[in-house]
Amino acid sequence: MLSVKDLRSRYGRIEALHGVDLEVKSGEIVTVVGANGAGKTTLLRCLSGVQPASAGSIVFRGDDVTRVAAHRRVGLGLAQSPEGRQIFTTLSVEDNLRLGAFLHDDPRVEQDMDEAFALFPILRQKRRQLAGGLSGGQQQMLAIARALMTRPSCLLLDEPSLGLAPILVAQVLDVVKSLKSLGVTLLLVEQNAFAALNIADRGYVMETGRITISGEAEELIADPRVREAYLGI
Amino acid sequence: MYEFLQFVSSGMTVGAVYALVALGFTLIYNASDVVNFAQGEFVMLGGMTTVFLYDAGTPLWLAAVLAVMITATVGVLLNKLAVEPARGASVVSLIIITIGASIFLRGVAQIVFDKQIHRFPAFTGEDPITVAGAAILPQSLWVLMGGAAIFGVLYLFFTRSVIGKAVLATANNRLAAKLVGINTTAMMTLSFGLSAAVGALAGVLATPITLTSYDVGGGLALKGFAAAMLGSMGVPAGALVGGLLLGLIEAMTAGYISSDYKDAAAFIVILTVLFVMPRGLFGRAVAERV
Repeated sequence: MLSVKDLRSRYGRIEALHGVDLEVKSGEIVTVVGANGAGKTTLLRCLSGVQPASAGSIVFRGDDVTRVAAHRRVGLGLAQSPEGRQIFTTLSVEDNLRLGAFLHDDPRVEQDMDEAFALFPILRQKRRQLAGGLSGGQQQMLAIARALMTRPSCLLLDEPSLGLAPILVAQVLDVVKSLKSLGVTLLLVEQNAFAALNIADRGYVMETGRITISGEAEELIADPRVREAYLGI
Repeated sequence: MYEFLQFVSSGMTVGAVYALVALGFTLIYNASDVVNFAQGEFVMLGGMTTVFLYDAGTPLWLAAVLAVMITATVGVLLNKLAVEPARGASVVSLIIITIGASIFLRGVAQIVFDKQIHRFPAFTGEDPITVAGAAILPQSLWVLMGGAAIFGVLYLFFTRSVIGKAVLATANNRLAAKLVGINTTAMMTLSFGLSAAVGALAGVLATPITLTSYDVGGGLALKGFAAAMLGSMGVPAGALVGGLLLGLIEAMTAGYISSDYKDAAAFIVILTVLFVMPRGLFGRAVAERV
């Protein structure tokens, strides 16, 4: 589904990704965990094309998309729910979702929206309200729902649990897990390593712009290095 | 009483033009955070191009349509050639680029057209209509109706069409817009084209009353900018109210005090409003929950 080879990226003269290799197979939930500043968000920004890659390659469903413009990658089925939600605050909840379906102009959009509302019923209640007035958790749900409206085959999720109350973290991650059964492949980036590894099939640990450990999710949870550094056990 | 009506009608007419220029500012500012000081040049190009096409024998309506299309193309080129290559530059640099562009456009207009003052005939006759003692030019009604129509069409465009909402989305959060598949570069180009077309339309509607020449753009840009600031930069309703208010203040001052003071009075009111309400009349406190 998604194959990343020796991906490098820089902000000015400072290299943030020093050659990342990563593989996401169809139907998997893969997570990238790591501390703040490890380069996880930069990685996702490169995958979506909103941050240029300085070297390496990104192959998505057989196509090399390394130099493809961000909005075209969405059309290919690679969507992202970005860090900090980034919803359209001045537009209504419903308009946020309709813009998620910007590339689709067919009757299925209504059906997609019903499915999104089924995943997050609170959004149906608030559909006419301005998105900027939603609570943090609701905004997170909207960001995920909006990304789903693009009809992704692979969804990149950046820190969906950040800043949420524990009860909402569980709720959001439950939905993330349920997306797998809808046939969406997921790449989940999280600081909340334990929660992420719990729902993932495989995981990567990222440190200062490099992948340092990778393996099955259960292996990583059992790995003493991971336990000590990220799970606080 | 008829005097007052007379001043209102002339104030509204001039105000409608200011409102359209302010709307042009707003369209580009929303899409790109750029304050485009070449906005007045679009009005000049709309008027001057119509004049010269009309003098060359083109029917007036066709000359007007062509003028709007040509000006919209100039707007797109301005974005492609001057603003887009400087993406990432500071807002001040971008403003200076647009000021440079406006001087350039004025220079080109001087060569392509000439340095004379021009007009073309009003759309539907020159004889004033008398309403309660006040003489109103038919072209004034064209300006007001045309202005209202432009605001109405753009309102529908931004609230009903997906492309319109995509422009608003780009303005609100460019990163998120890209991530839902919106070509944000194209949205910026569209905004420049739209803004130039609105400016050109203002020029076409107003020229029979206000006359035009290669150098009318600078003054219009300044008034339009002031109107946009008065109504809050980036708010279309603010552009409308700010423009009309500015026109009315000018007309009342000119009528009741002296036309020497009309610009001063307008700017004193603007300064006072901005002193009390720094965000302008329609400014909202920026409050976003995180």
